[in-house]
Amino acid sequence: MLPLLAPRTYLSENAMGSTMVGEGSDLGPRALALARDFGEHRRREGGIPVSWLSHTMFQLGLEVHSQPFARTLPFPDEAHERYLVRGTNVFGVLRAPRAASTEALLLLVPCCEGGKNEQAVGLLLALAGYCRGQIYWAKDLIFLVTEHDLLGTQAWLEGYHGVNLTAMQSGPFPGRAGAIQAALALELSSDVLTSVDVAVEGLDGQLPNLDLLNLFQSFCHKNGLLCTLQGKLPPPEGPSGPGYAQSLRTLGLMVLGQAGGAPGGPHGLFLRFRIEALTLRGINSFRQHKFDLGALGRTLEGMFRKLNNLLERLHQSYFLYLLPSLARFVSIGSYAPALGLLLLVLALRALELWMRLSRSEEGEGEPPVGEARGGLLYLVPPILISVGAGAALYLLPVRGQAVATQHFPVGEAEAVVLALIGIYVAGMALPHSTHRALSGGGQRGWMTLKLLALLALALLLTCLALLNFSLGFLLGVTLVPPAAAVRPGGNRLPLALLLVLTTPGLSLFMAVLLERELLEAPAGLGEAWQRFLGALGQGLLQEHLHGAHLSPLLCLGAYPCWLLLWNVLFWK
Amino acid sequence: MAAPLVLVVLAAVTVRAALYRSSLAVFIAERVEVASPLNAWKRVVEGLALLDLGVSPYSGAIFHETPLIIYLFHFLIEYAELVFMITDVLTAVALYLAIQDFNKVVFKKQKLLIELDKYAPDVAELIQTPMEMHYIPLKVALFYLLNPYTVMSCVAKSTCAINNSVIAFFILATIKGSAFLSAVFLALATYQSLYPLTLFAPALLYLLQRQFIPIKLKSKSFWLYTMQYTSLYLCSLVVIICLSFFLLNSWDFIPSVYGFILSVPDLTPNIGLFWYFFAEMFEHFSLFFVCVFQINVFFYTIPLAIKLKEHPMFFMFVQLAIISIFKSYPTVGDIALYMAFLPVWSHLYRFLRNIFILSCVLIFCSFLFPVLWHLWIYAGSANSNFYYAITLTFNIGQVSRVRQMKENRDSAKRG
Repeated sequence: MLPLLAPRTYLSENAMGSTMVGEGSDLGPRALALARDFGEHRRREGGIPVSWLSHTMFQLGLEVHSQPFARTLPFPDEAHERYLVRGTNVFGVLRAPRAASTEALLLLVPCCEGGKNEQAVGLLLALAGYCRGQIYWAKDLIFLVTEHDLLGTQAWLEGYHGVNLTAMQSGPFPGRAGAIQAALALELSSDVLTSVDVAVEGLDGQLPNLDLLNLFQSFCHKNGLLCTLQGKLPPPEGPSGPGYAQSLRTLGLMVLGQAGGAPGGPHGLFLRFRIEALTLRGINSFRQHKFDLGALGRTLEGMFRKLNNLLERLHQSYFLYLLPSLARFVSIGSYAPALGLLLLVLALRALELWMRLSRSEEGEGEPPVGEARGGLLYLVPPILISVGAGAALYLLPVRGQAVATQHFPVGEAEAVVLALIGIYVAGMALPHSTHRALSGGGQRGWMTLKLLALLALALLLTCLALLNFSLGFLLGVTLVPPAAAVRPGGNRLPLALLLVLTTPGLSLFMAVLLERELLEAPAGLGEAWQRFLGALGQGLLQEHLHGAHLSPLLCLGAYPCWLLLWNVLFWK
Repeated sequence: MAAPLVLVVLAAVTVRAALYRSSLAVFIAERVEVASPLNAWKRVVEGLALLDLGVSPYSGAIFHETPLIIYLFHFLIEYAELVFMITDVLTAVALYLAIQDFNKVVFKKQKLLIELDKYAPDVAELIQTPMEMHYIPLKVALFYLLNPYTVMSCVAKSTCAINNSVIAFFILATIKGSAFLSAVFLALATYQSLYPLTLFAPALLYLLQRQFIPIKLKSKSFWLYTMQYTSLYLCSLVVIICLSFFLLNSWDFIPSVYGFILSVPDLTPNIGLFWYFFAEMFEHFSLFFVCVFQINVFFYTIPLAIKLKEHPMFFMFVQLAIISIFKSYPTVGDIALYMAFLPVWSHLYRFLRNIFILSCVLIFCSFLFPVLWHLWIYAGSANSNFYYAITLTFNIGQVSRVRQMKENRDSAKRG
């Protein structure tokens, strides 16, 4: 990629870069033995073997605690097939021998990810045993094994920090270490691996500090491990067509993933608490050269030793970036002007409308008092209706699922998703019914309404640009052209078509299609529709389970803006 | 006009009651833009708890309210939400009555000047018709009650609402012409939060104008009236301060309240200009800059008094705006009070060139405050510079708006 737009990554944190560490561990055989043990006990108990884990961690010399948690999902989760969730997290704390337990580092292994992940538990226990024998730890090390992947992690984080973001039920939290500075999540599916894949996107599109990624990369190079991003090796150096194409594909997938707001792994939930975190996944492909768990163990040991040397939280490197490949990044200074220019379109259009409105007011002379006040009153119904439809879209599907399942013979999850789509489409029919109720407003009416819609859209996009840039960019690219172009009167058909094509719901469908396209597994319409419904369900669930903001932003922000534009189009 | 006012009041009370019961109430109460160290409800509760234990409420350096407030809430703590809703309603009603009277005066003056042919012919658009003026008091009450800033302030139970109420009653008393009540309410307002001291000048000018006493330095009646008003004000202030002393039997409240306001020791971020400066400053210079910043609030009174002596109400509005922008711990409740007066001068809007851009700047900044706070404190991707940038932009927008209105007022008068 052009070196100006996408420079190479580099380690910015001084405390991490200049120190040398020599890894001395060889954890391969021990990790495998512990993994076998864990697998056996897990199969016997059908869930996380709490007593065996506690006993083993205690034998290794850690301070063991377990945290039970329970949660009733708002509606059944089709993807993971669960509704009433009950589980236990087990974690062991290795207290730093000479420090005051003020800071901590965390290694997280979701115990039953994909039904397996026993090798990761084995590696975690082996690493814990090795680290117990070292004297150089200045921060506590927490070794955490969670159940029910993201739910367990969320329960643990909420308990550890003493907050109540979601309606998770868990008892008093057993024991704490210091403030967690960094965390790594590990997922392995086989005894040997050919490469390690890293996932960066967190909840709501938040990203860890780039330094953590750079650290991971430098240690992989040191130990000879292959590291990949999104499962692909980095493109060859130097300008080349396929290289550019692959970088663009990686970038596109990252933007889509970030916009969706789904965490790329259990690490995604840590970022909200200012804990830099990454998820590492071992991949076993058909490559010749295989690495055993010892190599991965050395990498993890090296990373933890470097993180141990940190004097303060990672803050030197970039927080907001995009990755065209693992070795290159695009900083926000390069990609933010794009959205800025889109917002400029909205601002200029709004300014033009304002000037037209004030000129028409001066042209008419002093408007009689009744009409001046009435002019503002004509705006109230469309605005109330748009906001009301947005609120209905946000509140009704989940709360009204009992009513929906009574009337339609589908499962609750499907009822919720179908209710969502139903309310969405019903909102589109509103302008026709409301215009029968009131008439008038005239030229000034629709111009004022469009002005308000443009300002609301600009406000939404500005806030999104700061919080979740990819989502803001995708919404901007789809919504700004129709917002600028829409006007009633004349031939409404092309504009109506444009508005319908760019409605947030359809944009989500196109995003699903585009994602499959970029993953080189193009989906037919039927499969895309199923995935779309699944994405809707997951989006709703994530708001309740993890406090994600995608669902409220789209329902209460983007959809009312779009409805206002729809109202403007059908103004009489 | 009573019926629409009652409707507006009902709507406002409904909105506030609904918000009190929702989960947003906790979120709003914690926002630094709404609750400052001077008027946060948590600190009132803390002070009451200390008082119940028999300890001086000022001993913990948390509580910075005046003793009258603490005694008010000592008796009314169970009805706190009702108290704040009633306070808002009282403020709105006071502003309504005040602006009604003021409009009558303005209309009479306009009529007189038209008859005396003092207006240039092309100023016809600036003359307000009786129909327009009829709706202005209602608009003022509406602007105050349904302003999101006021609603948030009420839901957060910030005592800024009580300060606003006292200032509103002071304005009502001034417009009605009662020097005694005006002095008493001004003394109360000054006692509450020091800065309304600067409102002494516009009130005096208005009362002098009402009594038809010309403002000449050599005129004996001018000095007599000024002395009367000043002595009323100072006596009320002394009485209130002594009453506070007797309530708590100590002078602790003076350094805790006024010393706190003037020396700005707490640097919690807010929408004001003080916190960032003093967080970055060396100890050596902080006294000098504290003095400079505080003088900045009081400094504009004399030039404005000279320039705006014919229009004391506009002077009052500009002074309120200056207090809200430059005080040491501003909150959005302070801004809501001076924003309520905007409809009174709405006939000037036609000439405000940048009103659209300025209003957009203010609205966007209001929304960006919580976003950048989240990015700074929770996500860790930003730092205090981002938040202060929005604070600066917000205050620049406010100052520009006030300046524009004053310029247009001047040019309209001349033209």
